[in-house]
Amino acid sequence: MQMYEALKAYKLPDEQGHFGSYGGVFVAETLVYALEELRESYENVRKDADFIAEFEYELKHYVGRPSPVYHAKRLSEQVGGAQIWLKREDLNHTGAHKINNTVGQALLARKMGKKRVIAETGAGQHGVASATVAARYDMECVVYMGSEDIKRQASNVYRMKLLGASVVPVESGSKTLKDALNEAMRDWVTNVESTFYIIGTVAGPHPYPMMVRDFNSVVGRELRIQMPDEVGRQPDAIIACVGGGSNAIGAFYSYIEDKNVRLIGVEAAGFGIESGKHAATLCAGNPGVLHGNRTYLMQNDDGQITETHSISAGLDYPGVGPEHAWLKDSGRAEYVAVDDHEALEAFHALTRTEGIMPALESSHAVAYAMKLAPQMSKDAVLLVNLSGRGDKDMHTVAQASGITL
Amino acid sequence: MSRIAATFEKLKSADKKALIPFITAGDPDPTMTTPIMGALVQVGADIIELGVPFSDPMADGPTIQRASERALVHGVGLGDVLEMVSAFRQSDNETPVVLMGYANPIEAMGYENFSNQAQAAGVDGVLVVDYPPEESGDLTRQLNAQGIDSIFLLAPTTQQARMDTVARFASGYVYYVALKGVTGASHLDMQEVAKKLPEVRTHVKLPIGVGFGIRDGDTARAVADVADAVVIGSRLVEEIENAQPESVIADVGVLIRGIRQAMDAA
Ligand SMILES: Cc1ncc(COP(=O)(O)O)c(C=O)c1O
Repeated sequence: MQMYEALKAYKLPDEQGHFGSYGGVFVAETLVYALEELRESYENVRKDADFIAEFEYELKHYVGRPSPVYHAKRLSEQVGGAQIWLKREDLNHTGAHKINNTVGQALLARKMGKKRVIAETGAGQHGVASATVAARYDMECVVYMGSEDIKRQASNVYRMKLLGASVVPVESGSKTLKDALNEAMRDWVTNVESTFYIIGTVAGPHPYPMMVRDFNSVVGRELRIQMPDEVGRQPDAIIACVGGGSNAIGAFYSYIEDKNVRLIGVEAAGFGIESGKHAATLCAGNPGVLHGNRTYLMQNDDGQITETHSISAGLDYPGVGPEHAWLKDSGRAEYVAVDDHEALEAFHALTRTEGIMPALESSHAVAYAMKLAPQMSKDAVLLVNLSGRGDKDMHTVAQASGITL
Repeated sequence: MSRIAATFEKLKSADKKALIPFITAGDPDPTMTTPIMGALVQVGADIIELGVPFSDPMADGPTIQRASERALVHGVGLGDVLEMVSAFRQSDNETPVVLMGYANPIEAMGYENFSNQAQAAGVDGVLVVDYPPEESGDLTRQLNAQGIDSIFLLAPTTQQARMDTVARFASGYVYYVALKGVTGASHLDMQEVAKKLPEVRTHVKLPIGVGFGIRDGDTARAVADVADAVVIGSRLVEEIENAQPESVIADVGVLIRGIRQAMDAA
C-alpha cells in the first residue's frame, strides 16, 4: 500500500484527470460510462491489499522483478565523463517495461469480469505484453497494429499469434501507432460492455495516464532503493526515451519531489527536427486534443495530426502522455531529441562495449547519455532506463546497415 | 429565435419530424459542398450537419473516415469549412447548419476566434464528438455568447444522472446515438431506441435527434415515430462516394427524397 503513497505533495492528476491544463477525458459519449466504471474499479483496487499483493507477486515471479541496475563501465570509459548506469527493464519477461503495465491492467480486467482485452501496438512490444497476459489469465485478445508497423516488426507479430492473440492490420491514416489507437477505440466503443482496453502508454483518457504510470512506477521505486545500495546515493540524472512516455514516467515518478535529480526525456528526432520528419512532440509540437486527452501534439496549422517518423516504431507517435506535457511546462523535467543516426550509433556502441543489445527506442536514451556524460565529471552518475531489448529490431538494424537477413 | 429553434417549431406545427442529413465538407471535393447542401434542402432536409474533416476520426467507421480523407487530400480545414457555410448562406438564410467534428481543429483555431468566425459565417450549432460536457464549458460559453447552440451526444450507455448534466449544457437539440459503435454500423435495434427515448425525455426537454445506423426509409420512419429528428450520415456519404462525379447531386437527391417521403407518409 505504501507503494502507491511514495509521494506526498505531488498529487496530480486531479479528480477529473487533469495535470494542469493537460489530460482530462475527451471521448465520445458512449465511452464516458466505461471510463467512469474503470475509474471506480481502479480506485478500489488501488486500496485493496489483496490486489496489490497479487500484482507484486506477479511482478516478482512472472515478470522477474526487481530488474537489476548495471554499471556500464566500459561504455562509460569509452565515452568519458559521468558513469552510465542502466536500469535493466530489458531483462523483464517479454523484453521490455511494457509487461509491468499489462500485468496490472489484466488483473484489473479480471477483477471487472471482462473476458476480452484489446490493445494497440507500435513496435509490437505492448502487443506482445498484452497477448502474454491474455494467455496467462485466459482472456481473448485482439491487437490492433498499423500495417506499416506489421512490416517493420514481423517477428513480434508472429509472437502475438503464437500467444493466441489475433492481430488486426490497420490500413487507415498513416498506418502506424496512432491509427492503431484509433481503431482500438472504435472496437471499444462497439464492444464496450464485454471488453477491457489495455492502453500501452501513459496516454488516452483519464484514468489511463495515471493508471499506466502507477503500474510502471515500480521502476522508480526500485531505483530509489537500488541506487543508494550500489553507488551510495541517488543518480544526478535519470534519462529515458519518450514515445507515449510510460517507461519514462515509471522511472521519473518517485523522483518528482526530489529536485536534486534531473529528469530527462529523450524523444525521437527521426531524420532531424529541421526535416519535419520526426516524433519529437514535446520538443517541436504544440498543445491540442487527441486520443482522449489534451497534450502536446504534432499537428499542422489546421489542427490535423501530422505523420511522424522514427526508426523505432515505439517512438513513432504524434502525441505524448499529458503528465509529461505538464512536467515540461512546469520545468521539472527536460525534454531533448536524438535522431535515427545517433540512436543507431548508440545501439552499436552498447552492444559492442557491454554485450547488451538495446531496443531502438531505448537506444535514444543511451545516445543522449553518451552526449551528456562527457560534459560531466567522472563521479557524476547518469541512470538510463533501458526500457527494452533489441531482439525485435534485428531487421531494422540490419537494413540500416544495408544488410538483408 | 435561433434558426434551429425556429425550424423545430415550424415542423411541430406542421406535425412533421426533422430530417438531418450529414455530409463531410469537402467531399468529394471542395467545390461540391455548397451545391450538395442546396440540393439536400431542395429534397426535404430541415437541418444540415456538416462534418469538419479530421485526420483521426476515432468515432467514425470506414465510410466517413474515407470521406474525411478525400476532403483532406484537398487540404480542407476548419477555415475552409466556415467559408463553405458563408457561401451556402448567400442563397439560404433559413436552413440551420450544424458543424460536427473533433476537438483538435477547434483547439488549433482557438475558442473565441472559432466562435466569432462561426457566427459570422452563419453556423447555428456545433457538435464536437470528443468534447463531453465536462470538458466543453469554455467553448460552450463562447458559442452561446455568439448565439450558437452546442449540441451534445447521448449514448445507450449514458446513465440517467448524467443526462441531467448533458441537458444543462445542451441547446438546440440533443443527438441520441442509437447504437454502441461507430458511424456506419448496421446493428441498429429499434426496440432499444424506442424504449430508451421516453427515459431520455424525462431528463432532456430539447428536441431529440437520433442517428447512427439509419440506412433506409423504413428505419427513418420508425425513428421518426419516436424522435424529433432523424440523422442520416454514412448511408448518404456512401451515395456520394459511389456516384459518378456528374450525378452526385441527382443521386443524393433521390436518396434523401425517398427518406423524406417515407418519414412523411401517413
Ligand atoms: C522498448 C520500448 N521502449 C519504449 C517504448 C515507448 O513507449 P513509452 O514511451 O510509453 O515507454 C516502447 C514502445 O513500444 C518500447 O517497446
